[in-house]
Amino acid sequence: MGNTASAADTVAVSIDHVTKRYGTFTALRDISLTIADNEFFTLLGPSGCGKTTLLRMIAGFEDVTEGEIYLFGDEIETLPPNKRPVNTVFQNYALFPHMSVTDNVAFGLEMLGRSKAEARARAGEMLELVQLSRFADRQPSQLSGGQQQRVALARALAPQPKVLLLDEPLSALDLKLRQAMRYELKALQRETGITFIFVTHDQEEALTMSDRIAVMSDGRLQQLGAARDIYEAPHNVFVADFIGETNLLEVSVNEVKDDRATCDLGGGYILSCDAVEGIGQGAHVHMSIRPERLFLSDGPTEAQSLEGTVRDNIFVGTDIQTIVALREGPDITVRSSNSDRGNARIFEPGRAVHVNMEAGAARLLVD
Amino acid sequence: MARRTHDIRRYPGFLPMTILCLTLLYAPLIVVTVYSFNASNSITNWEGVSLRWYVDVFTGVEADKYKRAAWNSFTIALIAATTATTIATLAATGMIRSGTFRLRTLSFGLISLPLMVPEIVTAVATLIFFNSIGFVRGYTTILLAHIAFCIPFAYMPISARMQGIEDSYEQAAMDLYATRRQAFTKILLPLMMPGIISGFLLAFIISLDDFIITNFVKGAGVETLPTAIFGAVKQGIKPNIMAISTMLLAVSVVMVTISYFISKSDNAK
Repeated sequence: MGNTASAADTVAVSIDHVTKRYGTFTALRDISLTIADNEFFTLLGPSGCGKTTLLRMIAGFEDVTEGEIYLFGDEIETLPPNKRPVNTVFQNYALFPHMSVTDNVAFGLEMLGRSKAEARARAGEMLELVQLSRFADRQPSQLSGGQQQRVALARALAPQPKVLLLDEPLSALDLKLRQAMRYELKALQRETGITFIFVTHDQEEALTMSDRIAVMSDGRLQQLGAARDIYEAPHNVFVADFIGETNLLEVSVNEVKDDRATCDLGGGYILSCDAVEGIGQGAHVHMSIRPERLFLSDGPTEAQSLEGTVRDNIFVGTDIQTIVALREGPDITVRSSNSDRGNARIFEPGRAVHVNMEAGAARLLVD
Repeated sequence: MARRTHDIRRYPGFLPMTILCLTLLYAPLIVVTVYSFNASNSITNWEGVSLRWYVDVFTGVEADKYKRAAWNSFTIALIAATTATTIATLAATGMIRSGTFRLRTLSFGLISLPLMVPEIVTAVATLIFFNSIGFVRGYTTILLAHIAFCIPFAYMPISARMQGIEDSYEQAAMDLYATRRQAFTKILLPLMMPGIISGFLLAFIISLDDFIITNFVKGAGVETLPTAIFGAVKQGIKPNIMAISTMLLAVSVVMVTISYFISKSDNAK
């Protein structure tokens, strides 16, 4: 697992062999990663994977059982939350219900000892940044969910933290708003130049916003990399399955030669793909093939292909999913764009087809 | 759907039962209130509307006695409710905001147990306690006893309120550079205020109308309104008792009303 942050980048947060235990339960196992300054970094995983625990440890709400956390080179483990130059956007926003929007946003600066006038002026600027100036004198309860979310953002950004922590901030919003907020958050991160650490269980959210993603499950770091790498080159079965949709096929490796692996899918199907370190001849592993990198044809093409029979077509708006039954093994899903440009055509159920593979579409996974 | 057929208002005997209960609860109070405005010397014959018994309470031969008793009652209720509310607030903060600890359930049980103990038992126990440590009975013993038995009454609304306030508010405050103390005074305390005020008012009312414990621990010559009224009633009920009772009732109604409106103006939503 490569850490792709280049040496020239300043390291904002460094997690060094961090383990978290609650009694006998281990929430995080030996996590090590570094987050560069000015990066939009996402911790992605299903609920219970430890991503929120890690975020809360950076904020200072949870103790570290083993290991160290550094913020711009300083060890912060012993510092209480109010001494750490990081701010959090909470999942439920946690806006102070007895204070106006302006007072909420100015709170951090006032606690830092700035004058009331200065704090309120800065709060005004922040509310302008999130386009909520009109609501400055409202109470949080008078705002919609999306507006509360922006107040929480403004409040956390007002003291100009070195790192902003976001704990599933979009999960309470409806779909349209959530999608709009993704771009807004990304733009806000670029504008402010603050390091964002974003926690989510939504892979689409992670892919659209992040510079880099750390995929977590069961308290372990599964893969760390750029959004594109995580999607195109998943390291193991969990990551391939969790990020996007994929066809997972059981294969045994017949031969590894010149960085190419020849794999037997059973039923007489043979495919070759890039070899992966740690998977040698005779290994029984999984192969991932993204449905959108497959295409159908009546006869063989230049690409590698598998022969099968169309079982069903599923219309999903932008795409059409075609389910193809192979001679052996699970059905394979092919995704084609619902557009005439790609000469898309419907292959009726029962028809014999070739499932063709774009170069590099098949990828071997460690378990 | 199910509401129609299972609507409790359609049960046979619903209306008569409601009227019976309301009558039993409120008829005596209404009678006392109405007859406190009676012009007659008798408590049963109605001779027209008059404020003479209210005047009598403040200027009559027994006025000094009642004024002293009222003063005692109100100062004791005020000090006892204030002290009990402070203790209950700190107890709630300690027990609800410190996560789970050993004996937590026991602590909750211990603080609310006095609500279940028969008052006469508490009264006898308190009296024996003061006697055994050689404490001279008087104003102070009443006050101390009231503080003690008011704590669980103040604790209930305060702890209920606190359980409804999520940890994330204080965490957000500390995340925004507030110290633990600032997070408490600027965030938690204001959010708890409706519960604290309810707790205070409840403790105040409970202290104000307590008779049994007060009667046991009061010294000779020190009276509160309930013991003074009881003492007077032993020599026959005079209409001025009804005037005092009506005024006490008014104080209670005002307090309950305040408490209701404060709990309605929920600032944590």
